[in-house]
Amino acid sequence: MGKISNEEVINQLNSKFGEQIVLLSEPSDLPNFETSREKITDVLSFLKTDPTFQFNYLTDITAVHYPDKEKKFAVVYHLHSFVNNVRIRVKVFLTEDDVHIPTATNLWNGANWMERETYDYFGIEFDGHPDLRRILNVDDMTVFPMRKEFPLEDPNRVDKRDYFFGR
Amino acid sequence: MESFPVFTNTDVQDSPTTLNLGPTHPATHGVFQNVLQMDGERIVSGVSTIGYIHRAFEKIAEHRPFYQITPLTDRMNYCSSPINNMGWHMTVEKLLDIKTPKRVDYLRVIVMELARIADHIICNGVLGVDTGAFTGFLYMMEYREAIYEIYEEVCGSRLTTNIGRIGGFERDFNEIAFRKIRKFLVDFPVVLKEFESLFNRNRIFIDRTRGVAPVDAETALSYSWSGPILRATGVDYDVRAMEPYSSYEDFDFEVPVGTNGDVYNRFMVRNEEMKQSMHIISQALEKLEKEPKGVFHADVPEYYLPPKQEVYNNMEALIYHFKIVMGEVKTPVKEVYHAVEGANGELGFYLINDGGRSPFRLHFRRPSFINYQMYAPMSKGMLLSDAIINMSSLNIIAGELDA
Repeated sequence: MGKISNEEVINQLNSKFGEQIVLLSEPSDLPNFETSREKITDVLSFLKTDPTFQFNYLTDITAVHYPDKEKKFAVVYHLHSFVNNVRIRVKVFLTEDDVHIPTATNLWNGANWMERETYDYFGIEFDGHPDLRRILNVDDMTVFPMRKEFPLEDPNRVDKRDYFFGR
Repeated sequence: MESFPVFTNTDVQDSPTTLNLGPTHPATHGVFQNVLQMDGERIVSGVSTIGYIHRAFEKIAEHRPFYQITPLTDRMNYCSSPINNMGWHMTVEKLLDIKTPKRVDYLRVIVMELARIADHIICNGVLGVDTGAFTGFLYMMEYREAIYEIYEEVCGSRLTTNIGRIGGFERDFNEIAFRKIRKFLVDFPVVLKEFESLFNRNRIFIDRTRGVAPVDAETALSYSWSGPILRATGVDYDVRAMEPYSSYEDFDFEVPVGTNGDVYNRFMVRNEEMKQSMHIISQALEKLEKEPKGVFHADVPEYYLPPKQEVYNNMEALIYHFKIVMGEVKTPVKEVYHAVEGANGELGFYLINDGGRSPFRLHFRRPSFINYQMYAPMSKGMLLSDAIINMSSLNIIAGELDA
């Protein structure tokens, strides 16, 4: 099976969802699509079930914290189509005060722990998740440790600050 | 779902018994806790608790330069750490757009396939132990030792290898290493054959494993399974074949698949993969003959640490050394996802770089973590002893599960 081009994917998605999905221009090895929280379930189920694409394998779900951006959180889905042997990445950006996103567990059972891990690290609330608890950290932890505001080392330590290295 | 069921005073006969399997049960080979509800010997339901050796690698990685992340990857799947190391190097090379010479690729293939064999030796050997046959494990273990000795020649360490550098290897393979690899290729097939003759047609082993925990392809894909356990269900997904990295496209090998995904199928798939790995290694040795001798890293002085000798005697090398160690090297702002076929499945590295000296975000797609989530649901209705061998055959590595 030949590879399908990014243009083909974006054209199909555009004709189905209009301006709700855009191809991001940031440098990346895979096509990066951005969509909205309202559309994510439809987009994922379309990609999974569409007979030409068949992105039936959910490789990964994770999140990224961008403290300097207006929308501080990105939930990132990696999908893989075995039939076409092509991968894509779908992102949803969320604001800090409303970190809710629909769950993907209805589409893939495997999304369960991936979403729990994302919740554990970043505090992203997956609505409709059957069992949204912390998974790697202790249950009574009060913070979401992968957010950038939580330092790894003693925050009072100054000898490793960037300005000592001319940055 | 409660993770810690409360003991109540109801009659034991009427309600299921709560059994804590783990966190340190000797039969689970690692820190795994499963709180099981038992009806006699049958499992009614179970809840997995993980995270006992969570070390926050993703957080640590955000504070380390690229070359210091390699030792973190060692400690994920410590049964086959070279694959993790190579996967990480290749991720960074993808980010920096480094093209490694063919000889480096072939040397990497040799090390990765040795690691795969070492991992499968443990998994299949321990599966034998769990079904009551210690002999096979003992025979095979000697050859994991042989593989560790090869690692020792290549990088100096055995378990957590920190093997290779971004751009290649830290030194060339020496003659002893090649001699040991060739010896391994001669000796190991004999023992593997002996091992197979102990198990493959063994009535007791077949009765114990066949039809235990069968998984169909659809369920396995829905749970995002990968690696030998997915191939045992009949899906021929292997990253080495689908998206060849490190010149795997130059090699001729087969992707063994099973039919019904039970424990016996997984065992057979792993055995066959060991043979394929040996086939790949012997091809790699042949191909190395045709490559220019002494090439063991890409020519990228901005990213590859110069030898100490040159650092002391050559100003350019000193500058590069300083820049690399202090993290002054310019790196492109880019997102990459790179996957390698780990011993347990697709090991992915999702790296977001903002041009700084450490990743902005690094996420590990760990096959054990994703494969393990089906364990509790699939244990329902199973005998406890079957659940134990099911866990063995999934080959969950605690370090990779918890990261």
